[in-house]
Amino acid sequence: MARKLSLRIWRGNQADGGLQNVTVDANEGEVVLDVIHRVQAEQMNDLAVRWNCKAGKCGSCSVEINGKPRLACMTQVSSFGDEETITITPLRAFPVIKDLVTDVSFNYKKAMEIPAFEPPVGMKPGEPRMQQIDVERSQEFRKCIECFLCQDTCHVIRDHEENKKSFAGPRFFIRIAELDMHPLDILRNRKKTAQEEHGLGMCNITKCCTEVCPEHIRITDNAIIPMKERVVDEKYDPLRWLGSKIRKREGML
Amino acid sequence: MTNSLERHKYDILVIGAGGAGLRAAVEAREAGLSVAIICKSLFGKAHTVMAEGGAAASMGNVNDNDNWMVHFRDTMRGGKFLNHYRMAELHAKEAPDRIWELEMWGALFDRTSEGKISQRNFGGHEYPRLAHVGDRTGLELIRTMQQRIVALQQKDAREHGDAESHIKVFAELTITDILKENGKVAGAYGYRRENGADVLFEAPAVILATGGVGKTFKITSNSWEGTGDGHALALKAGANLVDMEFLQFHPTGMVWPPSVRGILVTESVRGEGGILTNTDGERFMFKYIPDVFKDKYADNEAEADRWYTDQDNNRRPPELLPRDEVARAINSEVKAGRGTEHGGVFLDVSKRLSAEIIKKRLPSMWHQFFELAGVDITKEAMEVGPTCHYVMGGVEVDPDTAAAVGVDGLFAAGEVAGGMHGSNRLGGNSLTDLLVFGRRAGVGAAEYVRKNPANPVSDASIAKAADRVQAPFTRSGGENPYALHQELQEVTHNLVGIIRTRNEIQSAIEQIADIRRRSTNVSVSGDRQFNPGFHLAFDLDNMLLIAESTAKSAIVREESRGGHTRDDFPGMNMQWRQKNNIASFDGTQVNVRQQPLPVLPKELFDLFDPHELEKYMTAVEMAKGGSN
Ligand SMILES: Cc1cc2nc3c(=O)[nH]c(=O)nc-3n(C[C@H](O)[C@H](O)[C@H](O)COP(=O)(O)OP(=O)(O)OC[C@H]3O[C@@H](n4cnc5c(N)ncnc54)[C@H](O)[C@@H]3O)c2cc1C
Ligand code: SF4
Ligand code: SF4
Ligand code: FES
Repeated sequence: MARKLSLRIWRGNQADGGLQNVTVDANEGEVVLDVIHRVQAEQMNDLAVRWNCKAGKCGSCSVEINGKPRLACMTQVSSFGDEETITITPLRAFPVIKDLVTDVSFNYKKAMEIPAFEPPVGMKPGEPRMQQIDVERSQEFRKCIECFLCQDTCHVIRDHEENKKSFAGPRFFIRIAELDMHPLDILRNRKKTAQEEHGLGMCNITKCCTEVCPEHIRITDNAIIPMKERVVDEKYDPLRWLGSKIRKREGML
Repeated sequence: MTNSLERHKYDILVIGAGGAGLRAAVEAREAGLSVAIICKSLFGKAHTVMAEGGAAASMGNVNDNDNWMVHFRDTMRGGKFLNHYRMAELHAKEAPDRIWELEMWGALFDRTSEGKISQRNFGGHEYPRLAHVGDRTGLELIRTMQQRIVALQQKDAREHGDAESHIKVFAELTITDILKENGKVAGAYGYRRENGADVLFEAPAVILATGGVGKTFKITSNSWEGTGDGHALALKAGANLVDMEFLQFHPTGMVWPPSVRGILVTESVRGEGGILTNTDGERFMFKYIPDVFKDKYADNEAEADRWYTDQDNNRRPPELLPRDEVARAINSEVKAGRGTEHGGVFLDVSKRLSAEIIKKRLPSMWHQFFELAGVDITKEAMEVGPTCHYVMGGVEVDPDTAAAVGVDGLFAAGEVAGGMHGSNRLGGNSLTDLLVFGRRAGVGAAEYVRKNPANPVSDASIAKAADRVQAPFTRSGGENPYALHQELQEVTHNLVGIIRTRNEIQSAIEQIADIRRRSTNVSVSGDRQFNPGFHLAFDLDNMLLIAESTAKSAIVREESRGGHTRDDFPGMNMQWRQKNNIASFDGTQVNVRQQPLPVLPKELFDLFDPHELEKYMTAVEMAKGGSN
């Protein structure tokens, strides 16, 4: 049954903006993106919100709902109390463009800084043989839908513009971990550069990123911590470092 | 206005950053050219990310009886022999290479026990053929090619000092017009969604890779991008759309709650053993096996169940019939009163697979039902019903080069192109279609550009395109684009949907014309900065042209075949199998004419058992035995 829902939506642009109150109908089973769309169709035709798939698969509709970074298309209206006002604001870590839409270009710049996948020289298409168990670790990280909620929540950059230059953020730590654990990637030193060039050292393992990840990727436990540990190992023990690269090759041949 | 206009020059414009667009862009760059990739959403978020089940390629990793000829036969059968044979042939032959190549760019597909790329069963495919990553194969494709493009940009940064010197992505930018000069493509015009600013691109070749048209319909699995922009841009530029009456209604979309209606339930659920039942508990698909498929599909439960463990000695379960058959069966069950209260039927995997296996093989389905519908698919059945999923019709192209017929410099690949899938697409064939023909479009456009250098855009063309973008703001008090869009969706859903009749289609044609008249008066509020009302005004214009093409093609095709079912002409008609419907635009309205379907050459004709072909072809065609 339809019910009346009170929303507070942030509207504005870089120069100026604030929360606006609206009341809108909400039907059974609807998600926050549905009611935003209803507001858009009926009351504010020019309300800006980014979305695409409306199925939790593309990572476009990231906003903050009652202060928490979430996907608007995967947040049920019924998860809030009947009397509760739902407050929807743009991602705080990135500059606002308009209303709920932010400029996330920071993330694309960081993606460009990470050295690409490099397969073994001379390997031909169709040749790779890998066991499921060896690809699974990297597959977990490749589930990432690039919603950037983890980036938004990470305190290292959330209110610290100055850190952005030297910190790639959790999304890109899992990208580095994915390549590092990729059975075919031959580039060395990925962990070391994560530490020295991409700011892994600035992370103090608060795990906030893991908590907001809609894909339930264990960012800290499976990517950040193992990389940090092995960076320490490798710094003191070059032989073990070599060993880990050789182990990575197992199962490929 | 033109003084401050943002202008760019490239060798090739790729409109669309889905699988087809990205693959085309990689190829064009590797051919040494400069490429702009333009897309409506952010980079890496195109509709292709939603593809779940997998990409069909006859690598033969799971069953080594598979090869391109078997795949070709399945594709033609699935399309009810209305496919452009040459596209189906190229696709079947090249798909394995396109998948293996992704692996060299970092893709990580699921593996067989021998360490090869694993392949799964899917409707209409004789052998396990779909390379996959759980149920997020589209994401893997997009991310792999996105990262490949980043790798090429990093190389350009090293070699030319600028990462964007040869490939630049223009995200959140909508193209509104293809520009032509002297009868050839000269560029494209559009606006940035972010701030509404106009942008001009000059380039001698444009590759359309804009995806599908689902948003023309009320219930669809497509994302908002699926507004048929490329189909409409091509029509307006003078290209043809072939067979626009064929739309694939995927049999299993979510039906409840209303806000998720239409969201896809991947076919892998059935591939992994999911069964369909009605509210009487009957496994109804056994009743709906058409004669042409009787020798390939089991007519009893025992045999169907055995197939999952012994595929060589049993026929397949009828749940895995091509999509059009399953969608019509569900539709009939619901119409006969054996559907759920929400108008669906039940799909259940919980009885066949353990909870652990379900969560491992169908993770996003589990997630989707649990979070959006409160249903735990490891314990309960899902409620499903048909949803508008894919358009088989599209731009008429030359199969080898992906060049659009009739417009020099225009190319089309992926869902926006027509012909490959005939009257019905097999699941998994789209993802490899994107790769095979995306690459071919890149090669085709690069060759074209070598012979046809830049073709400057005139001020008159720019002024005309700019006026069109400004128009919705110059009106006030006109129609609301949201309301018109909803009205259009009702018309298409009710009158040119899954089952059609002459009177209904006629009425649709009239109503669409009426909405189109009113749409010329659409006005939008607010300014140009990220204004969805303004964006919809353009999308609407495209969807209206698509709906008109579909309705006008549907009314003339007096037969039922694949994704076109006429209640008043229930069977296939061998005469109609020999014809394509060709839609073109005269500036005022869409006109549809017939054109002979290219005839199968003898070597491909001979790949089939004549007894099978007799079910589709006339005695005259059979006697000829192919074209040469
Ligand atoms: C839920 C779902 C699951 C699917 N699963 C499978 C599967 O398992 N296997 C399979 O083979 N197929 C599957 N399909 C079908 C397949 O995903 C699509 O057919 C395919 O992704 C289309 O790709 P494309 O490259 O042609 O276009 P899309 O991926 O749709 O991309 C279109 C691009 O064009 C851009 N664009 C459009 N208009 C404009 C414009 N005016 N200006 C600028 N840019 C524009 C868009 O922004 C976008 O970047 C599935 C489809 C859906 C909906
Ligand atoms: S664990 Fe590290 S990366 Fe994740 S939110 Fe905390 S500080 Fe940021
Ligand atoms: S890791 Fe998770 S939270 Fe971060 S961008 Fe990827 S999907 Fe989003
Ligand atoms: S719209 Fe795609 S994740 Fe929400």
